[in-house]
Amino acid sequence: MSLEEQEVDKIAHLARLAIEEKDVPEYANNLSNILDLVEQLSTTDTTGIEPMSHPLELSQRLREDVVTEVDQREQLQENAPKVERGLFIVPQVIE
Amino acid sequence: MHNKSVAGLSAGLEKGDFSSEEITQAYLDRIAALDADLNCFVTVTSEQALAAARLADQQRHEGKAGPLTGIPIAQKDIFCTQGVKTSCGSKMLDNFIAPYNATVVENLNNAGMVMLGKTNMDEFAMGSSNETSFYGAVSNPWDLQAVPGGSSGGSAAAVAAQLAPVATGTDTGGSIRQPAALCGITGLKPTYGRVSRYGMIAFASSLDQAGPMAGSAQDAAMVLNAMAGFDPRDSTCIDKEVPDYTKNLNDSIQGMKIGLPAEFFADGLDEGVAKVVQEALREYEKMGAELVDISLPNSGLSVPTYYVVAPAECSSNLSRFDGVRFGYRCHEPVDLEDLYKRSRGEGFGAEVKRRIMIGTYALSAGYYDAYYLKAQKVRRLISDDFRRAYEKVDVIMGPTAPSVAFDKGEKSDDPVTMYLSDIYTIAVNLAGLPGMSIPAGFVDNRPVGLQIIGNYFEEARLLNVAHQFQLGTQWHKQVPPGYE
Repeated sequence: MSLEEQEVDKIAHLARLAIEEKDVPEYANNLSNILDLVEQLSTTDTTGIEPMSHPLELSQRLREDVVTEVDQREQLQENAPKVERGLFIVPQVIE
Repeated sequence: MHNKSVAGLSAGLEKGDFSSEEITQAYLDRIAALDADLNCFVTVTSEQALAAARLADQQRHEGKAGPLTGIPIAQKDIFCTQGVKTSCGSKMLDNFIAPYNATVVENLNNAGMVMLGKTNMDEFAMGSSNETSFYGAVSNPWDLQAVPGGSSGGSAAAVAAQLAPVATGTDTGGSIRQPAALCGITGLKPTYGRVSRYGMIAFASSLDQAGPMAGSAQDAAMVLNAMAGFDPRDSTCIDKEVPDYTKNLNDSIQGMKIGLPAEFFADGLDEGVAKVVQEALREYEKMGAELVDISLPNSGLSVPTYYVVAPAECSSNLSRFDGVRFGYRCHEPVDLEDLYKRSRGEGFGAEVKRRIMIGTYALSAGYYDAYYLKAQKVRRLISDDFRRAYEKVDVIMGPTAPSVAFDKGEKSDDPVTMYLSDIYTIAVNLAGLPGMSIPAGFVDNRPVGLQIIGNYFEEARLLNVAHQFQLGTQWHKQVPPGYE
């Protein structure tokens, strides 16, 4: 399984990762090697095998639908790069 | 003072031989003197540690001390610590001051333990050598040219060099056991769900589990007692009573059946490591255990399965790092997409980006069935192998890692070669089982770990089996030259 450089660009876009153009060939090479490793799975017969998503086969626990969190907006926003009047600020999205 | 076990410190504090403040100061002095070479710590919290130590001494004075009150501990920098930088080894979180404590941290604080600081680690716990950290590689105290293993490399090296009596680690594919093996200490990854993951920065949520890294099984048992337990804030945490893990340490292992998977002793295992492991197994025979040949026929598929499941989960978990709410933001983004892409591109290192991209690819339209679903099916086959094995044996043993610690730079250019360092540990995470690594000897003056794998929730049995070995051998008591 070998990934073309355009495919690396596409995956990087899907993952919202800026990759420098000069690094793309190395990513293509490394990612292809990892996919080669993973390719072994396709030779295994898994007919009739249920996928396993939880090691202990437990389902998600539910709780009462009540408020458990206290308001900590100011404290939590101390880590934000840019905040104004309690809002997270990003570049303009709508003209 | 620094060469005492957790149990020894506990006894000394109880008798009044020394105070927590004295112990804490002694460890802080060692960190100041010795960590420049090792780079175990990202942050040392001296002032908070001394304040916590004085509080612990006060509690003891008031007769409110437990077995861990006043004993120092190093926390892996993956656990959120309120008011203290929590970096996860990444530039992305270099400016992140955690607003709350992880449950593990809270539990250990409540037990009276004193945090010395936050330990270095592979970025977002992705690595097997501690070389992917934004804060630089950690050196192995047994040989400064060698890696300490990863991802909990800072914790392992700190305990081995006696810069902390005990530390916390996390293990997604071997990140407690492999560095424990490479640094010659005792590390335990509990059953999935035994310890809360709340406030532990997520890598692969169906595999991640926290555990103690210590100088002995006895010390690990004492600390696990405080770490483990149900937490409603982690929806995958198991509501099951926590036994006293120190209670069965002295049980006889006469007649215990130890399974040896043929696949763990096949090609790819270093000859010297194989010899040390065989000698350790002979010790167990002398103690009356029976060695049984078993097979885990699908375990050879663990590494490829893991490198679908873990990256898929990581690509989802790490999507929260968007440069908007916390963490790194790029300079002067031109629009929102530029903000996302450059914040993530500049904030994450190469290995993290590789894994996010593999996961994104595996989960993308048209590939989901071929990769993620397929890997989850193979995961069941791997898990079923263990289930069948435990019908015949009580524990499973083998090497923790295929070789002793390798040199820095030796594998860092080739991700796939690096991934194979976890060939014997990954299957345990995929199955969700508890596993340990204990020191079993040396090859070329570098430590070898013996891996012990138990059935679900049998941490007490693992600790018993490990403790019995440590009663009859001295490997866990070896200290790297220069760190005595």
